Amino acid sequence: MNKFKGQALSWELKDGVVEVRLHREPCNEIGSRTLEELEKFVAALDGASHDTHALILYSTLKSGFCAGADLRELYQRSQQMNRADAAKGVRHFLERVHRVMNTIDASPLTTIAAVHGVTFGGGFELALVCDLIIADKMARFCFPELRLGLIPGFGGIPRLKRDLGNGVVRDLLLTGRSFNATKAQAVGLVSQVVAEGEALEVARATAAQLKKFDRRTAIAAKQFIKPIPYEELRREIDIFCDLFTGPAVEAGLKKFVESTDAQPYLP
Amino acid sequence: MRTSDQTLDDILNLAATHFKVPREKLTPDGDFFKTLGIDSLQALDLLTRLEHHFNVELPDYELQGVSDFRTLASRIQARL
Repeated sequence: MNKFKGQALSWELKDGVVEVRLHREPCNEIGSRTLEELEKFVAALDGASHDTHALILYSTLKSGFCAGADLRELYQRSQQMNRADAAKGVRHFLERVHRVMNTIDASPLTTIAAVHGVTFGGGFELALVCDLIIADKMARFCFPELRLGLIPGFGGIPRLKRDLGNGVVRDLLLTGRSFNATKAQAVGLVSQVVAEGEALEVARATAAQLKKFDRRTAIAAKQFIKPIPYEELRREIDIFCDLFTGPAVEAGLKKFVESTDAQPYLP
Repeated sequence: MRTSDQTLDDILNLAATHFKVPREKLTPDGDFFKTLGIDSLQALDLLTRLEHHFNVELPDYELQGVSDFRTLASRIQARL
C-alpha cells in the first residue's frame, strides 16, 4: 500500500493518511488506463494497515480535479465495434467503475476529496464517493451528460440523491449547468470552501484532526450515516446502457470529440 | 445600484488582471476568447471569478454563444 506511481495516478501512505494524486493530462479523464490504476488502488486499499485512518484524493493538474469519463476513448472504441458489442463493452466498463467507486465509498477510512477547477461528470462522481469534499473556491461541479443523450453512469445520481435534496439534483442533472464551490457548499455538497490553491493543505489538516478519534467509532458512525444505495446504482447502470444504444449518444459523442467550438465544456 | 458601465468596467479590469492582458487591449465589443487567448476551461475560470466578484450565479447556458464583454456584462447586470 505504501507507494505507487502510475501513468494516471500515484499514491503514498504517510502518517496514517493515504494521498492519491491524479495526474493524467489534460484533466484526469477516466479511461481504461485510469480505471486500471484505480482498480490497483482499491485492491491495495484492502490491505491498508490498521494505523491508516484517512484517504485524500486530489489532482496535481492546474485544469482541475477531473473532467469525467474519457469521451474520446469511449467514442473511438465504440466506433470500432457494432452497437451490441459497444453496449456490452460499456456495461463491463461501468461495472468495473462501480466496483471501484463502491469500494472507496464503503472504505473504513475517512475519505476526503480535495477539489479545484473542473469537477465534472465522472470526476464529480469520484468526489461524491468521498465522505467530505473540500473545495478550492475556483472549483466547479457539473453533470453535463444529458447533452450526450446520457445520464451520469459512475454512480452520480444515487449518491447525489443520498446527499442532497431532490430539487438540487434535478437542477444539476436536467439543466446540465455547473455550480461554483460557494453554491455547492450552500446546498450541502461541500463541507469547506477554501482559498485558491489551499484545498490540499486544508484536507491534510482535516485528516490530522480525524486521527484523534477512535477508529472503530469512526467506522461505525460512517456506516450508520452513509448507506450505499446499491439497488439504485444497479438501476443506473441499466438505464445508462439502455440509453447508450440510442442514436443521440453517437451524435453527442461525435459532436464533442470533433468540436472545435471554444466552449465544448459548456452544456 | 451599480450601473451597466460600472459592471462592464469591472469585468474588463478583472479579465485584464487575471489573464495578464493590457487593459487598453480589451474593448467592450471585443471577443474575449480571442483577446484573452482563452479556451473553454479558462472561460469557466473567468465565469467563476465573475460569480465571486459580483456575488451572482451565472448559469453557463446563459453564456452559450456569448463571446463579447458587453453582452457578458448585460447578463451579469440582469442578476444584480
